[in-house]
Amino acid sequence: MSEDLKNLIIDYVKHEYLEEDADQEVTENTPLISSGIVDSFSMVSLKTFLEKKFNIKIPDEKATPEAFDTVNNMINLLKEFNVT
Amino acid sequence: MAYSTKAKDFYNNELTGIQQAGTYKEERFIESPQAANIRVEFPTGSPPKEVLNFCANNYLGLSSYPDVVDAAHEGLRTRGYGMSSVRFICGTQDIHKELERKLTEFLGTEDTILFPSCMDANAGVFDVVLDKEDAMISDRLVHASIVDGMRLCKAQLYNYKHSNMEHLEEKLKETQECRFRLIITDGVFSMDGDIAKLDEICNLAEKYDAMVLVDDSHATGFMGKTGRGTHEHCGVLGRIDIITTTLGKALGGASGGCVSGRKEIVALCRQRARPYLFSNTVPPVIVAAASKVLDIISKTTDRRDKLEKSTTYFRGKMTAAGFDIKEGVHPIVPIMLYNAKLAQDMARDLYNEGIYVIGFSFPVVPKGQARIRVQISAGHEKEHLDKAIAAFTKIGEKYQILGKSKNEIIEKYGL
Repeated sequence: MSEDLKNLIIDYVKHEYLEEDADQEVTENTPLISSGIVDSFSMVSLKTFLEKKFNIKIPDEKATPEAFDTVNNMINLLKEFNVT
Repeated sequence: MAYSTKAKDFYNNELTGIQQAGTYKEERFIESPQAANIRVEFPTGSPPKEVLNFCANNYLGLSSYPDVVDAAHEGLRTRGYGMSSVRFICGTQDIHKELERKLTEFLGTEDTILFPSCMDANAGVFDVVLDKEDAMISDRLVHASIVDGMRLCKAQLYNYKHSNMEHLEEKLKETQECRFRLIITDGVFSMDGDIAKLDEICNLAEKYDAMVLVDDSHATGFMGKTGRGTHEHCGVLGRIDIITTTLGKALGGASGGCVSGRKEIVALCRQRARPYLFSNTVPPVIVAAASKVLDIISKTTDRRDKLEKSTTYFRGKMTAAGFDIKEGVHPIVPIMLYNAKLAQDMARDLYNEGIYVIGFSFPVVPKGQARIRVQISAGHEKEHLDKAIAAFTKIGEKYQILGKSKNEIIEKYGL
């Protein structure tokens, strides 16, 4: 797994979803959606971020809450688009 | 028969899943008009019980106010029961246009269009004003009807952390290439009772050439010195491009909603908003009563003044009693309990004490943010408020949460 890719997504998640004073740790295995850190409505920011960053289009059927639930899951999803 | 065992079993499993998740919603049967005092059959089959209602959106206490009921009767007598038509075929009466004019005047906008509900207004408006080359930039805690409305629209969706203006500005910078941008927020957020920072939002909108939409359903009729809404409260009258709001809360509480704002947008809604075009017109009886409500609240601010005073009194007394309350000025008063079971247990005990309130927990509010949401009404008298405060104090003592901080409550009951 690319450490750069992992850190890029973790940094985005922290910035996009956590308040600045939050003391919550986010790792590649932290559940994001099932834990309530990211709700299904806010998930769109993550999708848009990945699409713009890597110039890909993630079809709706692949943009499931499970696919975005952890940073690891997102990295696996990105592999399908040859992003590693 | 096309309704197969497979389908039947699937739906039953879904229902079981909802019950097991603890999110199954039971309806309670009320055997009286909506008011501060109501008669409720709960649990189902038990004898009706007189309780004080602290969970209605009846902010101005007008839901069963005699003058409003009389106006409804008069509307029924003079304009009939139903119109059997959408607005543009043969469903627009003189009183529909009159109500739209009164709403425009009251809200301080350019024009208004009625919808069957504010849910319908929100479902229809986005698709009318925006297309795929545009962006919707929404607060993350907007009402579900806005979320659904945005999903029906082809514009690109962005959202910002709740009431976080720096994050909103980032999104505005990120979307500079879009044709039109619309900032979308609730005026008052229904679970916390907190108010959108409309002054800062309007400044950012001007700086970045964006429009602003506010759903003011929990504010129209009582927020601001003359009750116009959050835009009056925040000093931005005339600067909101689109207001959506409801007749189903403070304004009589029956049903119906509207889009009010820039006249071109309202005119285009009449041509293209699908929930407007393809649903029946708002019934005359509701139009006549809502029109009367606007007459009442345009003439005097007595009711919103009483509501403001009662809210300050209740918030002060409950804080002094040792409850952990989200600060604010709105009649939505969240009593924070954090633990879902504690919120349910206390709401049940309060009901037994004659106080009807509801405990809210995930997924209606974020995980670990369970609370009882109290809603004050101008229909409450001081003795009603005192009875509620005494009951809350008694039950708060029982659960040993008075004077306890968030962390102490969590330590005792868990999340």
